[in-house]
Amino acid sequence: MDTANTPAVEPMPELELPRTNYLNAAYGPRSWLFTRDHKRIAILYLASVTAFFALGGFFALLIRLELLTPEGDLVGPDTYNKLFTMHGIVMVFFFLIPSIPAVLGNFLVPLMIGAKDLAFPKLNLASWYVYNLGAIFTLWSIIHGGVDTGWTFYTPFSTTYSNSYVVSAALGIFIAGFSSIMTGLNFIVTIHRLRAPGLTWFRLPLFLWSMYATSLIMVLGTPVIAITLLLVAAERVLHLGIFDPALGGDPVLYQHLFWFYSHPAVYIMILPAMGVTSELVAAFSRRAVVGYRVVAFASVAIAVLGFLVWGHHMFVAGESVYAATIFSVLSMLVAIPSAVKVFNWTATLYGGAISLETPMLYALGFIGLFTIGGLTGVMVATLGFDVHVHDTYFVVAHFHYIMVGGAIMGYMGGLHYWWPKISGRLYPVFLSRLAALLIFVGFNLTFFPQFILGYLGMPRRYWSYPPEFQVLNVLSTAGASVLGLGYLLPAAYFIWSMRYGKLSPANPWGAVGLEWDTDSPPPTHNFDVTPIVTRGPYDYGQQPALAPQEAPVG
Amino acid sequence: MSEHVTSRGLYIAVWAALLALTGITVAVAQVSLGPLNDVVALAVAVGKALLVLTFFMGLKDSGRLLRLTVIAGFFWLAILISITLADYLSRPSTDALRGVPPASAMARPERR
Amino acid sequence: MASHPTALAHHFDNLEQQREASTFGMWVFLVTEIMFFGGLFTAYAVYRLRYQEAFAAASNSLLTWAGSINTAVLICSSLTMVLAVRSAQVDRRKMIVLFLCLTILLGAVFLGIKAYEYRTEWQEHHFPGAGFRFAGPDPRHAEMFFSIYFCMTGLHALHMIIGMSVLAALLLPAWRGRYNPEWHNPLECVGLYWHFVDIVWIFLLPLLYLFGAHPR
Repeated sequence: MDTANTPAVEPMPELELPRTNYLNAAYGPRSWLFTRDHKRIAILYLASVTAFFALGGFFALLIRLELLTPEGDLVGPDTYNKLFTMHGIVMVFFFLIPSIPAVLGNFLVPLMIGAKDLAFPKLNLASWYVYNLGAIFTLWSIIHGGVDTGWTFYTPFSTTYSNSYVVSAALGIFIAGFSSIMTGLNFIVTIHRLRAPGLTWFRLPLFLWSMYATSLIMVLGTPVIAITLLLVAAERVLHLGIFDPALGGDPVLYQHLFWFYSHPAVYIMILPAMGVTSELVAAFSRRAVVGYRVVAFASVAIAVLGFLVWGHHMFVAGESVYAATIFSVLSMLVAIPSAVKVFNWTATLYGGAISLETPMLYALGFIGLFTIGGLTGVMVATLGFDVHVHDTYFVVAHFHYIMVGGAIMGYMGGLHYWWPKISGRLYPVFLSRLAALLIFVGFNLTFFPQFILGYLGMPRRYWSYPPEFQVLNVLSTAGASVLGLGYLLPAAYFIWSMRYGKLSPANPWGAVGLEWDTDSPPPTHNFDVTPIVTRGPYDYGQQPALAPQEAPVG
Repeated sequence: MSEHVTSRGLYIAVWAALLALTGITVAVAQVSLGPLNDVVALAVAVGKALLVLTFFMGLKDSGRLLRLTVIAGFFWLAILISITLADYLSRPSTDALRGVPPASAMARPERR
Repeated sequence: MASHPTALAHHFDNLEQQREASTFGMWVFLVTEIMFFGGLFTAYAVYRLRYQEAFAAASNSLLTWAGSINTAVLICSSLTMVLAVRSAQVDRRKMIVLFLCLTILLGAVFLGIKAYEYRTEWQEHHFPGAGFRFAGPDPRHAEMFFSIYFCMTGLHALHMIIGMSVLAALLLPAWRGRYNPEWHNPLECVGLYWHFVDIVWIFLLPLLYLFGAHPR
């Protein structure tokens, strides 16, 4: 679609927003709150997850402030328990799990397969409302004083002994889980049944392979944590003591059921970010990802293998040593497809014409930080090592490298890459690079010292610590401030850009993909004519030279 | 729309088989067969489920995708149950079976 | 372009695609239900392995005749459900409504028998909690059995109620002739759900009611 408007005497081509796009097709709250347009629903989710990211970040801030000094002096011990619990619950269930799927996935899946919408648009809208209902239950718990069980809700503390608001938080997560299931279901059916003519499975962009694999996990795993948390609530409310020690209830059974979902859940968080990274590496190396099929299969392999390793969270909980050994071996196996992806991205970069746009900075950051997180994951998968570092800051650092250094960087990269498509606007380049730098530096300063702290023996979830750990903790808190600032910048300039940003052409990056073949922002129905796909997803070799108005923004 | 319409006779035959199998499983349960009781009971239940899936839920006429979907669902349930049980069954001696918690779980308070 | 038939949604190319997508979606949902109930089956397996005597004694105190009759009731309701869908396939509008009503009725019979069981168990002090009493060698673990029993059958009953509500909601459109050989997918999808709930009960019968029945 030609969006450039070139009046005869103007020195520069003037761009106009397409006359009718999904943003200006209708106005008013009702047109948003009752929309069935997957793109508007993605924006609704963007607002919700951003709000919860801020809330989770606020809890993190308080945690890091408390940990500036060895004594417990900022908050009381019970309050500290609530802080790390609420930080975990909010970040895992209300930010990380929905973030890329519900924001970028919702926006892009139909566009990337050449469809008008997802298979079930009303279900999509319902999933956002269900998310918010779950959020309300959780917020109710927070407002009334919070939960102190850890985001893991281990029994019998959560069922019998805790005096905090466990039931509403557990129910909140239970309800939000259905939002996740609905999204995953929608994506699976859409990718199977609504692909454009000619779009075979092996012509799908790798982002869609990742979304498909993620959706498999959402659908197969989430129901198990749903029933588990429902049982926790049922025990507290109805005295149906499935986990009650007085009735012979077993805390290890709870952990089996909990981690059966919660381990694959971490792949829900990382697979979409890997999918984004594949897109970014291809677009900003201007070549197809090396070993496309291998990367596609690796996504599904991660999803499947990820269901076989949950016992590595329970090495010291009392599971049998034979089970622990097998879980350990399988955990190392699951690292292989992830490593394969890192090799393939690296090989793609090696032969590519690299341009260091902001999204690419995030992609590169992802590859490096995810590698560190993944390698330390293999370390904690080693039984003998884990016995020493379980429940220390080593584990905390490991999973933050994956979830923040990996998943959130992928999310930020994706937001920056597709922002012109979503909003029709460009963001200020200098500020975006500054933010990426602040985030990278701040992140490493926050979490690298935690590897050392954990190795030296500082336990996690402790409100005070021996004085010899203070220097590293101060470094970590300093890093957290930088990181927080780094996140505030995009929040500010993205919002700013919606009103004052430069208008974007349909394809500012000169990238290949069906989503770039339609306007920025797209019309409500996505494509005026259903595209017919005749080539692979990263056909950069055959691309004609870029027209001037579509040159990458520099 | 071309769609296979199953005959009423087939549906009624399946219904009768389901009722018969129910009678069989209730009857067998009254007799002590040792471990065979559980085997027979589960086998009958699986048989009934297969009848419902194949004939009432239309899997006999469905494509590969739907059949694969159902198999995946039961396979994932099997993963959950079997690996969890494998933990309990491989614990030292018969502690797990007798309901005695292993020593390590008693030695330190469970708080993570 | 000719106007769409009323059932076709705008984002689908044709009714066949819509029907396939919708049916596939319902099957994916049923997979989530397998995993949802699956957590309870796992808990059952672990605890039964550990507390075999107590579980057998507790199971023995359940009303096996009620569980067996209820199994037959649900099997009949699956027949009526599948005949309702078939009626749409052969364009017999009134038979659709008849079979839907029979399905709902049989569901109500099931719930009635279940309510009777629950009332009996309540009167025998077998409901878990402070008032629990069990005349047997291992009342603590018997109470665990009953916790699982009420969770599983309660969750199943909740699914029955939801299914019956959806069936009731289909009665009016069915009466108005909305379902015909060309389009009857909502009936198919509800049917799938209903049969799934039946399958859950097919497993609950032996696992909860039957294993303690014989002398040990």
